[in-house]
Amino acid sequence: MATATGTVRTERVRGQFFLPAVITGFLALMLGLLGFEQFLNAMTLGAIYALIALGYTMVYGIIELINFAHGDVFMVATFVSIAVSTTLLGQTGAVLDIPTLIISLIVLFTVTIVVMALVGALIERLAYRPLRNAPKLAPLITAIGVSFILQNIIQFFVGPYITNVPQLFSTQWAFTIGESRVPLLNLFVIGSALFLMVVLQLFISRTKTGRAMRTTAMDRDASSLMGVDINRTIMITFLIGSGLAGAAGVIHGLYYGNTTFTLGFQSGLKAFTAAVLGGIGNTAGAALGGFLIAFVEVGAAAFGFGRWGGAIVFSLLVVFLIFRPTGLLGSSTGDRA
Amino acid sequence: MSTLTARFAPLRARSNAYFAQHRSLGVLVAVITIGVALPLISRIPPFGDLQSMNAWVNAFTIAGIYALLAVGLNVVIGFAGLLDLGYAAFFALGGYTYAIVASPFFDIHLPFWPMLIVGALIGAMFGIFLGAPTLRLRGDYLAIVTLGFGEIVPIVLLNADPFTGGTNGLGGVDKPVIPGILEFTLINPWPFYVLMMVMIALVMTVVFRLQDSRIGRAWDAVREDELAAESSGVNTVISKLQAFAVGAAIAGFVGVFNAAKLTIVAPDQFKFVVSISAVAAVVLGGMGNPVGVAVGAFVIYLVQSIFLKQLNTLVDNFNIPVLQEIDFLEFQYVLYGIVLVLMMLKRPQGIFPAKRRIRIFKDTVGGAK
Repeated sequence: MATATGTVRTERVRGQFFLPAVITGFLALMLGLLGFEQFLNAMTLGAIYALIALGYTMVYGIIELINFAHGDVFMVATFVSIAVSTTLLGQTGAVLDIPTLIISLIVLFTVTIVVMALVGALIERLAYRPLRNAPKLAPLITAIGVSFILQNIIQFFVGPYITNVPQLFSTQWAFTIGESRVPLLNLFVIGSALFLMVVLQLFISRTKTGRAMRTTAMDRDASSLMGVDINRTIMITFLIGSGLAGAAGVIHGLYYGNTTFTLGFQSGLKAFTAAVLGGIGNTAGAALGGFLIAFVEVGAAAFGFGRWGGAIVFSLLVVFLIFRPTGLLGSSTGDRA
Repeated sequence: MSTLTARFAPLRARSNAYFAQHRSLGVLVAVITIGVALPLISRIPPFGDLQSMNAWVNAFTIAGIYALLAVGLNVVIGFAGLLDLGYAAFFALGGYTYAIVASPFFDIHLPFWPMLIVGALIGAMFGIFLGAPTLRLRGDYLAIVTLGFGEIVPIVLLNADPFTGGTNGLGGVDKPVIPGILEFTLINPWPFYVLMMVMIALVMTVVFRLQDSRIGRAWDAVREDELAAESSGVNTVISKLQAFAVGAAIAGFVGVFNAAKLTIVAPDQFKFVVSISAVAAVVLGGMGNPVGVAVGAFVIYLVQSIFLKQLNTLVDNFNIPVLQEIDFLEFQYVLYGIVLVLMMLKRPQGIFPAKRRIRIFKDTVGGAK
C-alpha cells in the first residue's frame, strides 16, 4: 500500500506511460491468443481474484500477516449472498424486471459487504489483535485456525455439497460482436469490480483514513506518535479488505451460480499468489496480479493443460519469489521479504 | 504419597542426571517401556472395551506415523523456526518412491529395507531442492512457498498417471520381508508395531543428537535472532537448509513405512489437511520439544480416529434424533481450528513446553515487527 511517493521525476514519467503500455500490450496479446470469449472469462475470473487479493495485500501491507482466513471470508460471503438473495429478497433465479433487479443487486452487494466487513473485523479483534506484538508465527497459526473454523462452520450448517447460488442477473442477456457472444453479466461483473477498485484507490490516496493506513504500513510506531489510532486503522483495513472479499463472493455467486465450503482455500491461495506477484503491500499490483493469474489459468485450460492450472500458478509463485520477491510493481514492504 | 515421592526423589534426580548424559540410551529405554506398556494399557477396561487388542496395536502403529511426522516437522518449525505448510508433500514423495519401485504397477519389487533410506534421501533431496532458492527469503514467504509446493505435489501425482496411477494411486505395494524369518502381513499388526517402535527410537535418537550438536545450536541461534546468528558466524542459509533437509528426510522415511503399511498410495492421502494436522500436533504438543510433539500427534490421532468414532456409535445407540445426525468426526477440524487459535492466545508454548527458551513465544515485544 505504501506506494513510492518520493521517486525521481523521470521514473514517474516513465512509470506513467510504461505500465499502461505494457498492460495494453498484454491484454491485446491475450485477446489474440485466447479469443474473445475466453478473454472475457479470464477477465471475470481475474476480477474476482483481484478483489480477494486486495484484502490480502492490504492486511499484509499494514500488519505483515498472511491472513490465511481471508480466502474463507470470501467463501463465507458466497453463502451470505445466498441468504440475502433468498431470504431477504425472496429471489431464487434471474430477476427480469430492470428496476427490481437494480434494487436487488444494490441490496445484495451492500448487505453482503457490510456483513463480511463485520465478520472480518470480528476475526481481527478476537484472533489477531491479542497477538499484535507477538512475533509473526503466532498470528499466522491462529489465522490457519480461523480458516479451519470458518470452513467447518459452513460445512456444519450447509453440508459438504455444492450449493446453488441464485443468479439474479440473467445469464441469458447478451449481445454479439461479430462472431462472439458477449454476455452482459461478464461486463457487469468486470465493471463492478473495477468500480470498487477505483473507489478503494481513491479512498487510500485521498482520505485522511487512507493516509493513516499508508503511514501505519510504513512505520507503525512513528504514525502512532503522529496521532494515528493504530488499532482503529488496522480494524478499518480489515473492514475494507473483508468487505471487498464480500463483493468478490457476491460476484462469484452471480457468475458461477454455485459454491461450496472448500472454495476459499484454492481461491484464497491463488489470490494470495496474485498479491505476491503484484508486489505485496501494493494495491494496484494486487489487482494486476489477480488478472495475470486468471489469464495464466484460463490460458492453461485453453491450451489443454486445465488439470495443471493450479500447479502452473504455484510454480509461477515460487519462481517469482525466487527472482523477484518484490513482485511486478514492487513496494516498500518488499525488502522485508 | 508425599513421603513416597520424597523417598524416590534422589533416585529420580540420579536417573535424570544419568539420562541427560546418555540421551540415546534414555530414548531406547523410554521407547521399549512405552512399546510394552501401550498394548497392556489397551487391555484396561475403558480402552479394552472399545476394540480388540489387534485393532489397538494397529491404531498405535498409525498414530506412530503421525507422531514421527510431527517430530520431523518439529525440526523445521520448533528447532529452526521456519514454518513449513507443505510438509505432507515430502511424506508423499517418500511413499510414492517406495510404491513405484515395489508394486505390481511397474512390476518392480525392490526390497523394503534399503528403500527406507532411499525414501529419506529423496525427501531430503526435494527439501534442499525447494529450500535452496527459497530459504533466502525471510519468514512467512517461506510458508507460502511450502504451501504452494504442498499443493503442486498432489496435483502432479494426480496428473502424471503413467508413473503414479492418477486418482487411484498405486495399489498392492509390497510389505516388508525379513528373508527367511518373517513376512509382514495385513492380519498380524505386531511386526509393523515393533518396526514402528524401532523407527521412533531411531528418529528420536537422531533428532536429540542433532539438537545437542553444533547444527542444533546453530538452529537455536537462527530461530532466536537470525541477524545475531549471522554476525556470530553461523551460515544461516546452510543452517536453515539443514533443518529443512532433516525434516523432509524424516517425512520421506515415514512415507515409505506408510506406503508399506497401507499397501496403497493415492494423492488424496497427502492433502493440505495432513500438513495442517502435523502443524497442529507440533503447536499443541509444544514446539521445540520432540517428545512433546510426538505425544501431541499420538493423542490427536487416537482422539480423532477412535474416540470421535466411538462417540458416533455411542450416540447412535441413544435415540436422540438431533445428536444422531451429528457426525462427530466432522468436528475434528473445528477442533483443530479452535485448538490452534486458543493455544496461540493462551498457551503458545504448548502442553509440553521446550526446555530451551523460545523467544518466539515468550518475548512479547521482540521478534519481527
